[in-house]
Amino acid sequence: MNAPLRKAGVVILVLFGLLFANLNWVQGYKADAYRTSDYNGRVTVAEYEVPRGVVEADGQALAQNKLTDDTLKYLRQYPEKQVYAPIVGYKPVNIAEVGIERTENEFLSGASDKLFADRVSAMFTGDKAGGGNVVLSIKTKAQETAWKQLTNNQGGAKKGSAIAIDPRTGAIQAMASFPSYDPNPLASHDVKAAAAAYNELNKDKDKPLLNRALSETYPPGSTFKVIISAAALQNGYTQTSEIKAGTSYTAPGSGAPIRNSEDQTCPGAVVTLKEALTDSCNTGYAQLGVALGGDKVKKAARDWGFEQDDLTVGNLEGSGLPVAASRTGEIKNPDGSTDQAGLAQSSIGQKDVRMTTLEGALIAATVANGGRQMRPYLVQQLLSPDRRPIYNAAPQTLRTPVNGEVAGDLREMMVSVVENGTGRRAKISGFEVGGKTGTAQNATGADNHGWFIGFAFNDKGEAVSAACVMLENVPGDHPSAEAARIAGLIMKAAAGRGGD
Amino acid sequence: MPRVPGTRTGRNAELGLLALAMIIVAAYGATVEANQFDKLTPTFWVPAALLSVLFLALHLVVRFTALHADPVLIPTVALINGLGVGFLRRLDLAKSIAEKQPEPGIFAGVGGRQLAWTLVALVLAAVLLLVVRDHKAVSRYAYTLGLVGIVLVMIPAVLPGRFSEINGAKLWIKIGGFSIQPGEFAKLALVSFFAYYLVRKREVLSLASRRVLGIDFPRGRDLGPVITVWLLSLLVLVFEKDLGTALLYFGLFVVTLYVATERVSWLLIGLVMFFGGVYVAYLLGASVGGPFANFYDRATVWLHPFDAENYNRIGGSYQLVQGLLGLGTGGLFGTGPGAGSPGFVPEVRNDFIFAGMGEEIGLFGLSALLVCYLLIVERGLRAALGVRDSFGKLVAGGLAFTLGLQVFVILGGITGLIPLTGQTTPFLSSGGSSLMANWLLIAMLLRISDAGRRPAAAGPAAQPGGPKQPPAQLHGAMTEVIKP
Repeated sequence: MNAPLRKAGVVILVLFGLLFANLNWVQGYKADAYRTSDYNGRVTVAEYEVPRGVVEADGQALAQNKLTDDTLKYLRQYPEKQVYAPIVGYKPVNIAEVGIERTENEFLSGASDKLFADRVSAMFTGDKAGGGNVVLSIKTKAQETAWKQLTNNQGGAKKGSAIAIDPRTGAIQAMASFPSYDPNPLASHDVKAAAAAYNELNKDKDKPLLNRALSETYPPGSTFKVIISAAALQNGYTQTSEIKAGTSYTAPGSGAPIRNSEDQTCPGAVVTLKEALTDSCNTGYAQLGVALGGDKVKKAARDWGFEQDDLTVGNLEGSGLPVAASRTGEIKNPDGSTDQAGLAQSSIGQKDVRMTTLEGALIAATVANGGRQMRPYLVQQLLSPDRRPIYNAAPQTLRTPVNGEVAGDLREMMVSVVENGTGRRAKISGFEVGGKTGTAQNATGADNHGWFIGFAFNDKGEAVSAACVMLENVPGDHPSAEAARIAGLIMKAAAGRGGD
Repeated sequence: MPRVPGTRTGRNAELGLLALAMIIVAAYGATVEANQFDKLTPTFWVPAALLSVLFLALHLVVRFTALHADPVLIPTVALINGLGVGFLRRLDLAKSIAEKQPEPGIFAGVGGRQLAWTLVALVLAAVLLLVVRDHKAVSRYAYTLGLVGIVLVMIPAVLPGRFSEINGAKLWIKIGGFSIQPGEFAKLALVSFFAYYLVRKREVLSLASRRVLGIDFPRGRDLGPVITVWLLSLLVLVFEKDLGTALLYFGLFVVTLYVATERVSWLLIGLVMFFGGVYVAYLLGASVGGPFANFYDRATVWLHPFDAENYNRIGGSYQLVQGLLGLGTGGLFGTGPGAGSPGFVPEVRNDFIFAGMGEEIGLFGLSALLVCYLLIVERGLRAALGVRDSFGKLVAGGLAFTLGLQVFVILGGITGLIPLTGQTTPFLSSGGSSLMANWLLIAMLLRISDAGRRPAAAGPAAQPGGPKQPPAQLHGAMTEVIKP
């Protein structure tokens, strides 16, 4: 019986050899993959072992940490809840971050190369290096005003968004999206509760998780007339050039006649360019667009930032929140010739023209900044854990669609809109305000969208703010008037004059 | 037992090795405390010292009852057992720190209970050594043991789930807060029975044959017992929902059969039958479900542990994955005793203790542990080689092989080599049943190795006036003759 016993010994040796080989596979070859696996709770515990950096604006913490008794040491908190959620986002346990929490994750978590020196020095002092702090360009007064006015809008809109930008730098002063969400439950250490909270928000038909200021596009309506005006001014027109108007216009080819919103708007056969913008003359701009031609209209829109699909808003030297591309859409017949009726519609910001709220604010900011469009950003400063500045935003010119002269003309025309025309409600005392309203038809039977894009100069002649307010499906008669009023308040707050 | 002058008993070597093992256990305990508290408590050495006293007592019993027994077995097992106690105590310490409780007493917590169970198990082992002076005496009770073994195996299967099921495997008898795993004891009883049965039948099973393709196959009528055990183990697989136990019993039987008959055909038949049965159970689980569904589930979880669906399912791969992540986190050198996070590994006190320790002692530590197990098994087989009677050979070989197989089944399970099944890790896992049964197994190996290593002059057969016994003959058990 000894021979089979020896063989049994060999069998055991082989089985143990397999165990040993497999252990090498698990603890050697796969060790790194397992150590950093998403399923590995140790990764999370280590991540929460050090305080994550604070996200702040105007010295106010927007994302901060609370020491807990949990296995996960620090709890991420968002004291301002809905107001800043579209910007700051949130940091959930185990899954991907959202918003600035995502785009600045490396810096906030302390893993960034920029914090290498801090990690080394922490190693010597024996402390655990925390994450770096992110200072936003947001003016808290402007942000609060934007949120308050959107949620309490007098037009009865249930959704909307607002953006304010410093025209001189591109620094975003306010960015609100309504409805919004409370990020705190989503950052809960109770992963199941967080998932349940997320699912509920995700199911909500009003889509509170959406940042409407950046990721949604809408027909811009008459705000698009600013771009048509710019194209005209660049092609030999002046503010006083007379363009064809009238109570009704039917483009060559086919299509329903285009009318003005009110019968007393530009009823004469001709109107000056400035008057046409001031009163938002549809028949005038439709014919102006057709006269300029589809290529010039599309080129002008592109010059102002339409069609760009890779713009991000965040850190000028790094990543940011993605911005949806604004589009002019196809203005061609099936045979390749220009669709004249479509061009007429597109020239007043209808048909397939789509714009983000951010693009609206950029147009106004560009006019206010003498034709230079500054790249928008949210991250003003990065601070090391001991609050040493590591990065300061250096403003960049994104594009220059028009020269200073054309920009000056546009500024005068837009000021006229607020002084004498459709944008009167945007007026704020002590500032020179210019802008353009927009009332955009969308789905048949739905209420119109209300737009206002505008800018404000202070008494020293400095362009202190440019804003765009967009209210979805406003039930009342003058959707854009409420947008204009809110934009005025936001710009006033951004300029440091009162919060409400 | 008188010592024959000029022969080496190995007892002093055993004592030296035991001291070495206990030093390692004490060092392990000290490292755990250093990592957990950042300092040593004044009592860090107490568990190791208590264990030393216990093992020393067993050593003395061996000196008086099995003077020539294998000197490597006790120190190796003592090392594993001591490290198990140390690791379980480490879990208690971590818990007390988390709950801001004072350090648990020496016999408190899981580690303390394990220490107490070690005491009980060693007493049982000593009793076995004292009572069973000759391993052949066991064969007198072979049929009783066989019956007891089968009953022990079957009890959890027939008990309602709430009395027998833990983590989906029906391997337990739960009474009140107390649970025992009868299968642990059953393997001892079954080995003794198989050994006795096969010694009687070996002539029939090994000589009557039909030759096919150069391999001798047994006659159809002789296949009866194999088929019976095969059916029994498949029943275990289906009703106790446990592949590992089924594999254990069947492997145990096939190997003793092979050793008894020296016929490769039995191995082939056994392997084909077992894996065929398992594959059919898998297919049935996929199509029919019912009692086979659990096995199918375990197999899918084993094949795709990192699938989100398998991971998130209740009873899915969560345990397996967390064990693997623990092992992977440990890597080659481990985080050091007491410095890991075994709290993430589910069932880390029982089935997954190897994964929990693996995070802290790394690939190198686990390899050393594997070598220790291998040493025990090969020493057991060596006892089988050394002993002169067939019954002793089969019992020692069967026990040693079963121990090795059990280690393979559980460690292979938690490292993802084979589907995971609920076996205890011998001498490591918390729990009295496993500890007692396995120490009894070691006592039996000690007894048999003593018989094998004893110089001929000291053997009972050569003792003047002692009962005359033919060495390979069993009490009253005549070898069955061939009836062609």
